[in-house]
Amino acid sequence: MNRVVVTGLGVVSAIGISLSTFWESLSEGRPGIGPITGIPTERLNVKVAAEARDYNSVAHFDAKRLGLMDRVSQLAVVASRQAIGQAGIDFTKDEDGLGPIAERVATIIGVGVGGMETTDESYKRLYGTPQQRIHPFTVPRLMLNAPASHITMEHGLMGPAFVIASACASATHAVGQAFHMVRSGAVPIAVTGGAEACIHFGPIKSWEAMRVLASDVCRPFSKGRSGLTLGEGAAVLVLETLDGARRRGARILAEIIGFGMSSDARDITAPDVGGAARAISGAVRDSGLSLDAFDYINAHGTGTAVNDVTETRALRRVFGERAGRLMVSSSKSMFGHCLGAAGALEAVATCLALSEGVAPPTINYLERDPDCDLDYVPNVARQAPLRAALSNSFAFGGLNAVLAFRRFEGDLAAS
Amino acid sequence: MTDTLEKVISIIKSKATVDADKLEPSARLTDIGIASLDVVEIVFALEETFDIQIPFNANSSKLNFETIGEIAAAVEKLVAAKS
Repeated sequence: MNRVVVTGLGVVSAIGISLSTFWESLSEGRPGIGPITGIPTERLNVKVAAEARDYNSVAHFDAKRLGLMDRVSQLAVVASRQAIGQAGIDFTKDEDGLGPIAERVATIIGVGVGGMETTDESYKRLYGTPQQRIHPFTVPRLMLNAPASHITMEHGLMGPAFVIASACASATHAVGQAFHMVRSGAVPIAVTGGAEACIHFGPIKSWEAMRVLASDVCRPFSKGRSGLTLGEGAAVLVLETLDGARRRGARILAEIIGFGMSSDARDITAPDVGGAARAISGAVRDSGLSLDAFDYINAHGTGTAVNDVTETRALRRVFGERAGRLMVSSSKSMFGHCLGAAGALEAVATCLALSEGVAPPTINYLERDPDCDLDYVPNVARQAPLRAALSNSFAFGGLNAVLAFRRFEGDLAAS
Repeated sequence: MTDTLEKVISIIKSKATVDADKLEPSARLTDIGIASLDVVEIVFALEETFDIQIPFNANSSKLNFETIGEIAAAVEKLVAAKS
């Protein structure tokens, strides 16, 4: 089995559309949630979201390509350019006589609902106006796999490529699948992550109808929290074998050491302590590390009444007494709930937390909820030598995925 | 029983599995075993039936209306406010 390392990261989010801005925002606790600017809001009850406000499509794509791409694919490709640029891999190289490495690079992307801009606009035209025609590229724009396809075309990646959909856990499942494929040797390199762009009228009204959106802002784990805030964005990670990364002298940002998955098999929306705990303990077990080695948890932390209590209890169930010394924070307090992209943005946050030795905070935290009794790093980031960390994702539908990461210490980390 | 109360009870009956004899004005939704997702659906059905908007967030631990009678009263107030 190969050791799997992260050598490239890229992000598009409400708190930055470059890795450096993203990390500055995360570590300084800058809010990404604000009044919605991208669409008319008069018919919305909830008028805040975490939009990628600094993203400007024409700065990244020419008009011809934009015609073929929903916003979700655009965000995915922009994040992939950053990640692949940082990794600095020459995909044309033939290292082992099997042909250019590009033919064996996997592209596995998590997407929750996909091309919502296209769906919303096209169907509004059909149902809401006398128009009989919609754009000929409606299908290629809205199909759920489009973000993965555009990444493969952008970089010429010809190995296994597909999208994984498990709602709010999509990207964590995607990164986990990519991790498995690199670890087993099925592929030498994987480009993985997630993308979502659903700050559109129909999707927001759908979330409003569930009555789970925060009335002001997302305040995970805090007393007075009133729900989640929708976000949009994309994040991409380049994974490769430790041996491959060493051979080409790549800078290693973090190591992925475990992956756990489970299904609640209970309720279509309500989370379950048992299901969450099984995914968490699965990731810990897969990592081969003891519970004591984990210092930081990047929580699912949606800010709903139920999730935050369930997640707290699941961490207590797995970590027992040790749960009290974990630092647990929710980055959704800053970049919102990016659904299918959430797990990827949070995986990037976790890698950076480990490499920088800083636990990002849970912002908007007001006061302690007696049912959420862990250390949530309230409002201010904390410097600490973080050794290993988990990134949790628990989706509607009861599909859970948890990744385990370790700070990369060169050969010292070899076990 | 008022028309509104009757309609409220029939909506609750159609959206949740609950014993008909428990559906009294004094019954609290949580006490008669109505799950939170059912509450969301009941609120939606009330809004559709009476053409009103009910301010309700599933994250808030306390409802402004807890019993069936209070729901009917709240609906009547919202309907009156419309005209």
